[in-house]
Amino acid sequence: MNALSAVQILLYLAVLLAVAKPLGWYMARVYERKPCGLDKLIGPAERLIYRICGIDPHREMSWKMYALSMLALNAAGILAVYGLLWAQRALPLNPQDFQGVSPDLAFNTAVSFATNTNWQSYGGETTLSYLSQMLGLTVQNFLSAASGMAVLAALIRGFTRWCFTTVGNFWFDLTRSVLYVLLPLSLLGAVFLVSQGVVQTWRPYPTVRLLQPVQDAEGNAVARQTIAVGPAASQVSIKQLGTNGGGFFNVNSAHPLENPTPLSGFFELLYILLIPAALCYTFGVMVGDLRQGRAVLAAMLVLLIPFLVLCYAAEQAGNPTLTDLGVDQRATDLQPGGNSEGKEMRFGIAQSALWATTTTAASNGSVNSMHDSYTPLGGLAPLALMQLGEVAFGGVGSGLYGMLVFAVIAVFIAGLMVGRTPEYLGKKIEAFEMKMAALVILLPPLVVLAGAAAAVGTGVDPASIFNPGPHGFSEVLYAFSSTGNNNGSALAGLNANTPFYNLALAAAMLIGRYGLMIPTLAIAGSLARKKITPAGAGTLSTHTPLFVILLAGVVILVGALTFVPALALGPIVEHLLMAGG
Amino acid sequence: MFHQIIKPALLLFLVLTLVTGVIYPLVVTGLAQAVFPAQANGSLIDRDGQVIGSALIGQPFDDPKYFWSRPSATKPFPYNAASSSGSNLGPTNPELTETIRKRITALRAADPGNTSPIPVDLVTASASGLDPHISPAAAEYQAARVARLRGLTEKTVRKLIARHTEGRTFELLGEPRVNVLELNLELDGR
Repeated sequence: MNALSAVQILLYLAVLLAVAKPLGWYMARVYERKPCGLDKLIGPAERLIYRICGIDPHREMSWKMYALSMLALNAAGILAVYGLLWAQRALPLNPQDFQGVSPDLAFNTAVSFATNTNWQSYGGETTLSYLSQMLGLTVQNFLSAASGMAVLAALIRGFTRWCFTTVGNFWFDLTRSVLYVLLPLSLLGAVFLVSQGVVQTWRPYPTVRLLQPVQDAEGNAVARQTIAVGPAASQVSIKQLGTNGGGFFNVNSAHPLENPTPLSGFFELLYILLIPAALCYTFGVMVGDLRQGRAVLAAMLVLLIPFLVLCYAAEQAGNPTLTDLGVDQRATDLQPGGNSEGKEMRFGIAQSALWATTTTAASNGSVNSMHDSYTPLGGLAPLALMQLGEVAFGGVGSGLYGMLVFAVIAVFIAGLMVGRTPEYLGKKIEAFEMKMAALVILLPPLVVLAGAAAAVGTGVDPASIFNPGPHGFSEVLYAFSSTGNNNGSALAGLNANTPFYNLALAAAMLIGRYGLMIPTLAIAGSLARKKITPAGAGTLSTHTPLFVILLAGVVILVGALTFVPALALGPIVEHLLMAGG
Repeated sequence: MFHQIIKPALLLFLVLTLVTGVIYPLVVTGLAQAVFPAQANGSLIDRDGQVIGSALIGQPFDDPKYFWSRPSATKPFPYNAASSSGSNLGPTNPELTETIRKRITALRAADPGNTSPIPVDLVTASASGLDPHISPAAAEYQAARVARLRGLTEKTVRKLIARHTEGRTFELLGEPRVNVLELNLELDGR
């Protein structure tokens, strides 16, 4: 690894950890109803919202009521986005006069944004009006992120409460996530991104005269260039912050008007992991033991860093086929070199590899380079990170609640080894929690493998697969890994805008989201009822390096046992083919 | 059920839609247009009252007297800024090898005497298809050709390259890069 790239990556991790801690503390105050510093500014608006909606924020909910409230709000979002997209032709703020979106694509997109996946079977600048982007998608960017954060807050309360039948109030957790956390940080981020050159305008696409006219594929003269613009910055900021990842433009944050400079790139990278990392501290503060949060954060880093190094090394090594053609892929002072297909010159290899791994470690799914053109091992890293269940950081809220479920599994395995009833944070882990935890860790692999097998096995839509050979299989496996784990990134050569893929991937997103949220809330409800047993001499400490290794090990073990055969058929075979010439 | 769940869900959804889908983008647009109007509208380059491009969006060049941009996979013509796209060609796809072979042939044909190895960014398609930059190595590779065809000294051309080269941010972030459109505009004296 060359020195500048290593320093750039280390600086990133250092800044991330430095800002995560205060933000985590702040978020704990937000969920615990304690003064957080913005109460005077935001409090009146918050109370007004409760009054308009007839909500009593102090009214506690059972886990079932909490889950139903969450589902009702998400269902409203899905219906609203579906309607907006379907009817966009008749609605205002459509300067490019785009058609209404087909029903299967509108359904896929509505589900995708409500589930915090942001899988996109469409290109933004050629499909969606400004109104659809703002009133439909931007809203879901906020609400899906806040839904994940709310469920996490409920789960943490399950650990901190005893003899309670309730886990909190969903409306309160959701509203405060939006008003106190997501909105201020998004506003700040959006203005900064505009300063770097991200567009924010409602004007139609400008057209310019090319300096040198060229010919298109059919030999027609092309003398003009139409430049897609729009209200991008406001959406890009929250798409990064809320681990949503849905691009304003087709190529997401590889687009120069969505991510114009290395500094905007660094900032957008920071926003990918900011809240998932900070929530580990929030967890530590709320359970009254910062070490517990740090241990979980450490396990996340242990999972991320090896894949980051693998991805960087594979991409910097480049494509041996090109070396044979006499192309210079070495990294020098004058060029980043490496596998440059599908990468932008301002980001080079370091920021591209950092992005590819953080966006898939978190369930963000935005990209600044095209993963379909990655080398086999460089592309294996993001694929495997998604398949680990989006718990190494994962989505805002969802990543940590997934990781806490893995922690439950880890203490259970440790308990089995020594023949003791497992406990986590003083709560006995019993049959009901284990059944729910098993659902949470097994549903996504089931969806991914069954979905990919169905798509490949039935040979449906063969024309959708773009690249030949094992890489084509990787495209399908990646699509179901991405949607089943609510990531949203793609090997974009796959044409997923067909009725089969739109519906199958929507089903994967729904199961991968609500199939995990509901059992997680059930665990929260069950834990809240239990007494807290004081730690004894035989209690497994869950804040030690040993537990960090155990936790990361369980995540790797479950992932590896499930996915190694499928990975062998895709990226691993392709790597052997490429290395063998 | 209706009073405790459906009614608050619908009302809260509508209110938060107003806050995050109307007020928030309006405020950002207002601030952006007031404080950073040039950036907010696409960093357009204005020469004598005519908009001739964007500083952030590349343009295609295949005339040997210009510096060439990176290959672009947008359809139906390269650098179609209304429809961004990468090639999505996988590393073992024979079509990728074939495409790169053709690009090498074209570069060699435009500059027959040049036998140095070709910098990789000059033969590989960018992620967006709109990359405004090439590496300094790719600019250096083309410097002698452009100087010869324009009757300039290589020293003059290198000075122009240097003027349109951006370094790493804080000497650390990203990569050094050359803005091709701005360089070619200056070569044309605009």
